[in-house]
Amino acid sequence: MTAMTDTQPDEGFRLSQLIYDTRYRSITIQIIALICVLVGIGWLVNNAVTNLAEAGQDFNFDFLGNVAGYDINQKIIDYDSQMTHGRATLVGLLNTLLVAVLGCITCTIIGVTMGVLRLSNNWIVQKLATVYVEGFRNVPVLLWIVLTMGVMIKIPPDPRQFRSGDASMMLWDSVAITNRGVYVPRIMYESGSAIVVGVLLLSIAAIFGFRHYARKQQEATGKILPVLWVSLGLLFIPAILAQVVMGSPIGLQNPYFRGFNFTDGVHLRNSLIALWLALSLYTGAFVAENVRAGILAVSKGQSEAAASLGIRPSRIMNLVVLPQAMRVIVPPMISNYMNLTKNSSLALAIGYMDLTGTLGNITRNQTGREMECVIMLMAIYLCLSLSISAVGNWYNNSVKLKER
Amino acid sequence: MKKSVFFGAVATAGLLAGAASAQTLAEVQDRDSLRCGVTTGLVGFAAPDETGEWEGFDVAVCRAVAAAVLGDGSKVEFIPTTGSTRFTALASGEIDLLARNTTWTFSRDVDLEFEFVGVNYYDGQGFLVRKDLGVTSATELDGATVCIQTGTTTELNLADFFRANGMSYEPVPIETNAEAQQQYLANACDVYTTDASGLAATRAAFEAPDDHMLLPEIISKEPLGPLVRHGDNVWGDIARWTLNALITAEELGVTSENLEEMMAGTDNPEINRLLGTEGNLGEMLGLEADWAANAIAVAGNYAEIFEANIGEETAIGLARGLNAQWTDGGLLYSPPFR
Repeated sequence: MTAMTDTQPDEGFRLSQLIYDTRYRSITIQIIALICVLVGIGWLVNNAVTNLAEAGQDFNFDFLGNVAGYDINQKIIDYDSQMTHGRATLVGLLNTLLVAVLGCITCTIIGVTMGVLRLSNNWIVQKLATVYVEGFRNVPVLLWIVLTMGVMIKIPPDPRQFRSGDASMMLWDSVAITNRGVYVPRIMYESGSAIVVGVLLLSIAAIFGFRHYARKQQEATGKILPVLWVSLGLLFIPAILAQVVMGSPIGLQNPYFRGFNFTDGVHLRNSLIALWLALSLYTGAFVAENVRAGILAVSKGQSEAAASLGIRPSRIMNLVVLPQAMRVIVPPMISNYMNLTKNSSLALAIGYMDLTGTLGNITRNQTGREMECVIMLMAIYLCLSLSISAVGNWYNNSVKLKER
Repeated sequence: MKKSVFFGAVATAGLLAGAASAQTLAEVQDRDSLRCGVTTGLVGFAAPDETGEWEGFDVAVCRAVAAAVLGDGSKVEFIPTTGSTRFTALASGEIDLLARNTTWTFSRDVDLEFEFVGVNYYDGQGFLVRKDLGVTSATELDGATVCIQTGTTTELNLADFFRANGMSYEPVPIETNAEAQQQYLANACDVYTTDASGLAATRAAFEAPDDHMLLPEIISKEPLGPLVRHGDNVWGDIARWTLNALITAEELGVTSENLEEMMAGTDNPEINRLLGTEGNLGEMLGLEADWAANAIAVAGNYAEIFEANIGEETAIGLARGLNAQWTDGGLLYSPPFR
């Protein structure tokens, strides 16, 4: 007689386990959700393809190689109306990048200044900063852009008034502010200017070398070298000497009035200035709040402790408070930069020829390729935002609290 | 269609919602109103008056089509479009008819897949400048700043004109006529260029129209006309023959004043066919027999519409010129109603 073995019948895997067994349930739900999403996307794509076919339109990007036929006023690279839609897109993209970079720099400067001023002990300064922040943050940026443009068109004199003497140029006849934009001197490079530029680059390298040496010196001996003054000296003195020795190869060409407009200077169009200014002021208000939050997040004990060690106030700010505040400031700053870049597409409202103005408006309209243009437009803005995000995150990792 | 409506809502603007084919007439009749795309405001062509009623030369075409289809010229929903939104609006089915002084070109007809149903105004591109600018010809405009509406044929003509003459210019792109007017009057641009009729209409709205003038050069042909989507020939025919009915009415001497009299029957068989008292032209279009009479009853024939909105008696003061009947040396020539 053999002993009875108490064997549990191995029923294996049953389908009902997918719902009733907690080990599998979450996976089941996720797979069902995934299928639903995929079917939804597939249905939308299929619908678009069917509708396009019904309207008799194919989907291709050949139009980018066709002649654009329209002119663009502000072009950083060479462009004329006989070049392709692809080239026009690139010109627009560069204009977007230009205003985005300029805007990000200025909004940071404005924002940091205003954020610090809002914490000032001076009542008037503090209230003025508050008015700025609340005023700009709570009004749609499009209104600021349109308003700035309106002011730029209505207030400054038109170029012909300069001819008749009703208006005059500023800063020794070098800058003309008109209602078509601001004309500033252009930098002229003549023979020998390569040497001056070379000297300048060497100076910059020397500054980095000196700062490295100064830090080493400080770590080794505790002595603090006057980094700022030496750096400024290194930057300017050799370059100016080179400029004088070579007989001023780098010169300034002032704009002057000829025909209908000023020529020979750099023309900062009022659409660029209006967009740049409005975006900077608007985003600057958000930056100011981030900066204020960042500084307030550093506990008061930190600066008191630093003060008790006898560190000077400016050094407390630079060495103790700001490095810790940066941890709080940097992540929202990335999203501010992204917002500014995306908001730059509002350029359309004032005729600044950015990516939306060229690819998203004129090219789309002249070729009738709505689907292709909008998809391309979205893809490019997505890439821009992701790039900003990547750079920002890299910087954030370098300043965040290191946990070892 | 339900599918495409949903898709249009989900997808971003600019995606083509499925254009319904061959059913625009039924849709308009079901809705009991015509959706007509017009400009955002160009006095004389399409602009709301002080009571908010749209009026103008293009508006009259919309009303005539509405009257032909629905028997009532007031059953129109006017949808303002800019130079760059108009084609998307038409292609996506947001509007049934676009009457927005739009130039009939090869690529718009063939590549963008629209059907121009005729020409209601033969125009050309001109330049508007201040008299004190001291310019008498467009060939003297080298280096000038030019205001230009984006998404129009005039933008391309302008580039061609300046290139062909070896001149440079600074384009200032703007979206609507109102913005262009603002920039031009503030002297932010030396020149405003668009169709000569549009310039005349814009100038008429200035405070001091006499300080401004049109340069003699007309640099392009701009046949302006109403258009519909490709693929719905029934609807295209209705729009085409409504426009032709207005032109033919002028040719045959049918006006809003003598219309009732003529409806009683005349000795002229073509008038009878036009007004539906003889033959079955209305039936062929799928409309009532008196469709053309309804269209004419709204604002009269082509001449009456022209004179009331943009003619020499109005502030805009355009002469008939090319837009006279072929019998008067113009280009208006409607195919026969037979």
